[in-house]
Amino acid sequence: MLATTLPPFDTSARPQWQSALVILLAALVCLPWFDVELANTQPWSETKRLLAGLVRPQFAIDGLFTAIGYTLAVALQAVTAAALFGFLLANIYNWPGVTALMTVLRSVHEIFWALLILQVLGLSQLTGVLALAIPYAATFARVFAEILQETPSYPSRQIPGGNLSRFIFSTLPLAWPRLSTYFRYRLECALRASVVLGFVGLPTLGYLLEGYLKQGSYREVTALLMLFIGLVLVQRWWARGPVAWGLLLVSLWWLPPLAGVAWQPSLFGQLLKDFTPAPLRGEWSSDTLAQLWHWFVPLWSEQMLPGIANTLVLGQLALLLAGALALMWFPLVSPGCVPSLWTRRLGHGFLVVMRSLPEILLAFFGLIFFGPSLLPGVLALGLHNAAILAHLVGTYSGELNLRADAPTGWNCYFYELLPRLYGQFLSFTLYRWETILRETAILGMLGIPTLGFFIDSAFEDFRLDRAVLLIAASAVLNIVAERLAHWLRHRKTDKASQHRGRNPEGQPVAESGPGQVGGHGGSLPDLKWDDLRRASR
Amino acid sequence: MADNRSAVCELHNLSLRHGGNTVLSGVNLRITPGEVVALVGESGCGKSTLLSHLRALVAGQVAWCPQLPGLVPVRSAFHNIYAGTLDQHSLLYNLRQLVRPSTTEWQRVLDVAEPLGIGGLLPKSLDQLSGGERQRVNIARACIQKRSIFFGDEPVSALDEFQGERVLKMIIERHHTCLLVLHDMDLALSCCDRVIGIANGKIVVDSPAKELKAATLASIFHNHPVEVAQDPQPRRFGRPDLSC
Repeated sequence: MLATTLPPFDTSARPQWQSALVILLAALVCLPWFDVELANTQPWSETKRLLAGLVRPQFAIDGLFTAIGYTLAVALQAVTAAALFGFLLANIYNWPGVTALMTVLRSVHEIFWALLILQVLGLSQLTGVLALAIPYAATFARVFAEILQETPSYPSRQIPGGNLSRFIFSTLPLAWPRLSTYFRYRLECALRASVVLGFVGLPTLGYLLEGYLKQGSYREVTALLMLFIGLVLVQRWWARGPVAWGLLLVSLWWLPPLAGVAWQPSLFGQLLKDFTPAPLRGEWSSDTLAQLWHWFVPLWSEQMLPGIANTLVLGQLALLLAGALALMWFPLVSPGCVPSLWTRRLGHGFLVVMRSLPEILLAFFGLIFFGPSLLPGVLALGLHNAAILAHLVGTYSGELNLRADAPTGWNCYFYELLPRLYGQFLSFTLYRWETILRETAILGMLGIPTLGFFIDSAFEDFRLDRAVLLIAASAVLNIVAERLAHWLRHRKTDKASQHRGRNPEGQPVAESGPGQVGGHGGSLPDLKWDDLRRASR
Repeated sequence: MADNRSAVCELHNLSLRHGGNTVLSGVNLRITPGEVVALVGESGCGKSTLLSHLRALVAGQVAWCPQLPGLVPVRSAFHNIYAGTLDQHSLLYNLRQLVRPSTTEWQRVLDVAEPLGIGGLLPKSLDQLSGGERQRVNIARACIQKRSIFFGDEPVSALDEFQGERVLKMIIERHHTCLLVLHDMDLALSCCDRVIGIANGKIVVDSPAKELKAATLASIFHNHPVEVAQDPQPRRFGRPDLSC
């Protein structure tokens, strides 16, 4: 009997490919709004200068050590404070209201916190520390709460005494390795964020960077970048144990967070007034509502709507670019595709450099070459996140147990790696989607017209009421994205879960490795802090 | 064993290590074309290590059926079986099979799958199949390569007695030379020509199957002095631990 028509395939991969199609379609829908204007007429002369700068870094920079110290101090102090508060909050994370409050605090980007706090505390050390510590404390609270929840409770039940002693003698030591690893991961994030705070005027490395970038002094830019990447790469030596504690103490002595802060209680009243929408500040009258409407409508149509639209368009296209590039790049570090260790090391080096470059810098270079449009933003976020995704997926691919007679090269890629890693890849991509939308805020500082741009402009014009409303809009956008990504990850995508019931003998035969959708209870593999940590390695 | 034919594989005084421990020492072994050999011994005695070592020696000529199938869970049984023949086609052809299988390839896969009783499961993804069904997909993946040598590590452990014997006979029928790790003594004696028994890191039995009885075979292992000293209640040859 010759089969002339094939029966329809019924695989659990189908919903996953459908999700990929949704991402693709969403990006295609965005394309008509994707404004690309190539404004720069002489990109090549600039490129030449950039390349010349790249080969001859200039390390003699005024105030370099102060800037490095400031960057480190802000990051260390902020993360320590955030971890302490986050730890306390983690224990009451499930109290009514706490979860929601943490979600809101987290949804406002560090740079917006900095702009808000700047109004009260000026360009002080405390501004930087608080701008990072507030959203990070909320993040720590959530992650620490998860870690504590997942800590086995059996040992603690064996300990006589009150809850506190049980906690100190059982739960805490059990959870400690994970807590401290997450702390180190956050410290690296803080280091990047601390650099970025330079772009709003705090004297971190970013401040120097912005200055030299604007002047086109690429030799200094290269030196600063090398220093920053070096700082991140050697983090494993300075960000642990006594060295980290020593650095923290030195930073507290050198730059006490409370120094130079002029407390002006009257300022708060003034600010509260400034934050209130202008028409509501005066006496209430019959046409207040009409005025409010007139205040809101242009804000909505000229800033909020284009800001949200641009943020979404940029995010979606950057996501597509990141995903597509990651699928092309991850074989570089995958033993299945590149058997030679040295070639893989080269691949690793490439990915490390790509993901260590802060997005804001890539965007800055993009702006130089392509002029102000969404394109540099898409490229910056796309490239940066592609490197992170490729690294994450590549690491997982190294942990797969392939058969001894598995195919090699591209056959291995399409028949073994891609189907096994695809669920994980999708999960990572969704997680990066949240991050990408959040990080569009930073691009606003450079003039790319995302919500961040309008927020930055509102602050520059001292229209704080508008700024607050726009920040609220970006917070809502972030929360919606976070919930949506969470829902998509936990959506039942796997047919196997329906069949598992009739199959009691089947499970140990199944491959148990990371990245296998079948082993994850029918939904996409969930992201854990370990995965985030991988991104930083 | 004097045999002038060229061997499929040959070992002289070999020692094998696994996870830092020496599991086998002083192994002398010669497999000649046309032989159907069973490797028996208790769980963890080094059968799989020996088989993997032998496979690496003749990789490329042998149809390989490992104990942990290493199949792709989200892909259909068809694609998992077809994957056995990837190196026989161009990349472009293989990619075309991913998008839409050709009827030729479908028929080729069906021809191996049907006798194994999994012809109807080809469009289903592996994570929808039971352990026994996956094991037969694993066998089909090896059989479709149409090689003359078959190396299998517990190829029928997840099948029932009757089905196991039938499938094993089918494998032997389709391959000129077979080397099979088996835990079932009766199956080893009824299907194979030659039985090699391993205990305590050494080959303790190597004889034609017709000269052996299941009871004598079992007693050889169980009466081994060191084994008794270590384990006062020797286990029967049970099902292997599939998760290892």
